[in-house]
Amino acid sequence: MTKTQLSTPKSLEFTMLLGHADDNMVLAQRLGDWISRAPELEEDVALGNIALDHLGVARALYTLAGAVEGLGRDEDELAMFRSEREYLNLLLVEQPNGDFAHTMVRQLLFDCYQLHLWEHLSGSADLELAGIAGRALKEAGYHFRHSSGWVVRLGDGTEESSRRAQAAVDALWQFTDEMFQDDTAAFRLGWERAVMAVLAEGGLTVPADQYQRSGGRAGLHTEHLGFLLAEMQWMQRSYPGLSW
Amino acid sequence: MDAAFLPGFELVIATALVDIDLALEVVSRVVDPEIPVLTIAELGILREVAVEEGQIVVTITPTYSGCPAMRQIEDDIRAHLIAAGFEQVVVKTTHTPAWTTDWIAPEAKSKLEAFGIAPPSAVIEVLCPQCHAPKPRLASRFGSTACKALMVCTGCGEPFDLFKEF
Repeated sequence: MTKTQLSTPKSLEFTMLLGHADDNMVLAQRLGDWISRAPELEEDVALGNIALDHLGVARALYTLAGAVEGLGRDEDELAMFRSEREYLNLLLVEQPNGDFAHTMVRQLLFDCYQLHLWEHLSGSADLELAGIAGRALKEAGYHFRHSSGWVVRLGDGTEESSRRAQAAVDALWQFTDEMFQDDTAAFRLGWERAVMAVLAEGGLTVPADQYQRSGGRAGLHTEHLGFLLAEMQWMQRSYPGLSW
Repeated sequence: MDAAFLPGFELVIATALVDIDLALEVVSRVVDPEIPVLTIAELGILREVAVEEGQIVVTITPTYSGCPAMRQIEDDIRAHLIAAGFEQVVVKTTHTPAWTTDWIAPEAKSKLEAFGIAPPSAVIEVLCPQCHAPKPRLASRFGSTACKALMVCTGCGEPFDLFKEF
């Protein structure tokens, strides 16, 4: 990878775009794993559709990031030829799917974050970014209705579904702090309010242990991302330039 | 100098050498690969047809971020224009401004309904496109494509697609 100089505003914008693109790429890859394995057919379709939305956003942001960088890298090159250490996604999205409750809680935490993010970026001075964010904002709202509905149903469902939903909140809460850094720090209050309201409706609670992990935006990932990228990238890496 | 208009879209200016009106007509006839009763113009995907340095430049906007039909639409636009005798064709994608169901032409909404897809509507209530019964049940927020939800009619019991209001 060509090292960019992090002192220029242009490279800051590139890094910002790449981080958001990576969030969507990695989550799309995770959600795609559910296809043919979801608890019901409608959910199979839903998770596939949500994955597709995230993939579309990732593609648009990679293309924009490549243009901002100005070195001729396109969406494929940015997605397929960067290593784990160069991926700048949040740790939350790379966490394994776990059971359905785990996936839905992860989605809820992330959807709510993206709602704030896209609303913010839809006012961007970069009109292409503003357009991508404007569209993604509506999609994130739709995703949020889906994930929040499920988290309430699971949390307030059977003893077993409630136990699993609570276990998911307990496991994933440590990756939430990382969402609110620098430009996104201001989202925290609104995010917490919305997430807490859904959790409360489902009878779920936030873990007392406030331990938090971060590092994704700096390329320091949990052990799960490398496996995901290996599966996602192996074909392009084995046959560079391969197309359908 | 020629000018051609697409309703509500930008003024399109042609140079003398390329027949922009014909190009616009040809591109406007391209249908959506997933909803073949509607053209890309009626769906609001087609944003602009212009001439730049002797090339036909067509600008389109995706409906949903992940719409998998965009590549097919690009290929179809190119094929239609080349078949009509245009040699230099460029298809561009823009995300600005973001597409909205408001861009779907009013006459297109009745075509959608005739095709069995309930048109998007924030104000009018959703009716079954088969028997026109009101109050369908939402079977799934996510349907056969990214832009549709799956409903079930409480009158005739048939499932149908609803074009989501976005």
